[in-house]
Amino acid sequence: MTARRRHDLRIGPRLSGGAASSRAARFDLRDLAAEVLEGVGARPLRLFVSLLGTVVGIGALVLTVGLGQTAGGQLDAHFDRVAAEHAEITPQKKQGADGEERAAAALPDDSADRVRRLAGVLAAATLTALPTEGLRVSAVPVHDPSEPETTPPPVYASSGELVEAIGAHLVAGRAFDAGHDARGDRVAILGSDAAATLGIRRLEAQPSVFLGDRSYTVIGILGESVTEAHLAGAVVIPTGAARRDFPSVPPDLVALHLDSAAGELVSRQAPIALDPNEPDVFTVAAPSRPTALQNEVGDDLDIVFLAIGLITLLAGGLGIANVTTLSVSERTGEIGLRRALGATRRQIGAQFVLESVVVGALGGVIGVALAVLAIVAVSALRGWTPVLDLPLAFGCAGLGAVVGLTAGAYPAAKAARTEPADALRSS
Amino acid sequence: MTIVEARADQAAPLVELRGVGRSFGSGRAVTALSGIDLQLPSGDYVAITGPSGAGKSTALNILGLLDRPSTGEYLFDGLPTAALDDRRRSGLRGSGIGFVFQSFHLLPTRTVRENVMLAFTYGGIPRHERSIRARTALERVGLGHRLEAFPATLSGGERQRVAIARAVCTDPRLLLADEPTGNLDRANADAVLALFDDLHADGLTIVVITHDPEVASRARRRVVITDGRLSEIAR
Repeated sequence: MTARRRHDLRIGPRLSGGAASSRAARFDLRDLAAEVLEGVGARPLRLFVSLLGTVVGIGALVLTVGLGQTAGGQLDAHFDRVAAEHAEITPQKKQGADGEERAAAALPDDSADRVRRLAGVLAAATLTALPTEGLRVSAVPVHDPSEPETTPPPVYASSGELVEAIGAHLVAGRAFDAGHDARGDRVAILGSDAAATLGIRRLEAQPSVFLGDRSYTVIGILGESVTEAHLAGAVVIPTGAARRDFPSVPPDLVALHLDSAAGELVSRQAPIALDPNEPDVFTVAAPSRPTALQNEVGDDLDIVFLAIGLITLLAGGLGIANVTTLSVSERTGEIGLRRALGATRRQIGAQFVLESVVVGALGGVIGVALAVLAIVAVSALRGWTPVLDLPLAFGCAGLGAVVGLTAGAYPAAKAARTEPADALRSS
Repeated sequence: MTIVEARADQAAPLVELRGVGRSFGSGRAVTALSGIDLQLPSGDYVAITGPSGAGKSTALNILGLLDRPSTGEYLFDGLPTAALDDRRRSGLRGSGIGFVFQSFHLLPTRTVRENVMLAFTYGGIPRHERSIRARTALERVGLGHRLEAFPATLSGGERQRVAIARAVCTDPRLLLADEPTGNLDRANADAVLALFDDLHADGLTIVVITHDPEVASRARRRVVITDGRLSEIAR
């Protein structure tokens, strides 16, 4: 008898009621998958508890990222609408011999009047950054020497249609007009942040802001501007007053509010209106994107929510690890039985670790699905278009499986190490 | 050292223990088995008796390849088992050895048929044969009508018959039963013993551990383990 025949142990037709198997089947992936699914689905309550942490963790991650992307998409859409109706004219810049960039030409002082006459231009205003070096900007006339030195808010000069030209609104008071500009009246409008810094909240008492020794009556407080967000921290005075009280500097830019269909026409005609002899030195462009500060704030919020999501996910992983460890203890008898029936250590370990992976993946898929539903619901309520990076969503579902794998590795190894005799004795 | 000689006609024993000992722990180790020799020819039916803690279950675990002897040698069907790795020992268990436990060890979330089919999963039986072979095995133990029942709905005797069907459905060479009637009343115990008689008549080698003289009397041979030493009781 050969060794192979000697150890062919499947004989005895009466015992099994059938002929011995013609081929030796092995415990394969289908068997493993069937045992894993059976193991996962056998106890629904335990499955629910195992799933909870991963669902919340993955859901929080996807929700955070998805809402961020949706809000970002909304901001982009809003900005695109703004960009279609607003433009800025700036002089081109050239690099000087010292390496610094300088304007290749100066915008004329009457730039706003020149482009205002063009068809399709609804409002135009120049904006000029005034030199403030050594200038004290304060809401009180008396200089207190003990007062700590602070950086003064920037001061700009602008022509009469500033508020409309930059797509802003006034939260209090009124804007200066062509009359203030022509007369050189000492009036000012403050950005909302500058007003708060200077302690000016109400305009009924006609508060003043002092630029050096000169008093400017605050007549308005500027609200949010999409195109010139930096004005929130600035003081803006009429061009006429600036001409009288500050050294003469050319405007930095001309802000335009356009008819939405007039963008292309104005972009061709405005440079010619500013300088018919040398129109190419001016650039007409959509206003720059919202400031980096806004993005940074958004990034900070994202990091906070991502951290919350990751911590929740970690808790979810620990939950899976706990439940799997408990499960291994509970199922010691089953482990012993399987070993008695011929399961190897590797098969036992694979079953438990895969059960954990399946629970993690299932939690990931459910978490992603719930997060997507939440994003869609929030978007529907706010009238937004939901935006979510699909690879990210699939990746997060996969992350659930990775969490399951990590969490299940130790309990699975413990299950595999269990001695069958001990397992059967202790059950 | 006690030697129990094989009395069956076959030349090569299915099971052969040569000076097998088993101790647990290090330092002041506890000796469960001490230099046991035992030969079981194919088709033998042996009852192992003895007081609690004498080493009966340890002997059964070694015979079932669930544990390794500390000393001595165990040959299964002529094959030395000491050098076998986990995969080969598991393979031998799955295809060559069936187990029946006092507490049945049925999975409560699976039906009777699925409990029996679990043995095929590890026993090397092709997938397409499993269901029909499980049915046949269950019909053999008189449970053909309870295929889709869950263990919780069965009596103790029925559960043990399911466990016997699971133990023998892969056509093992050796059936090891640890107090198979310990949780059963006399009628159910008789039914289980009748099944064992039937299986023995088919040529299956059976080893039963029992405290019950009635169960032991059904075996062809009786051995007793006392303080880790084995001796045969003449009939």
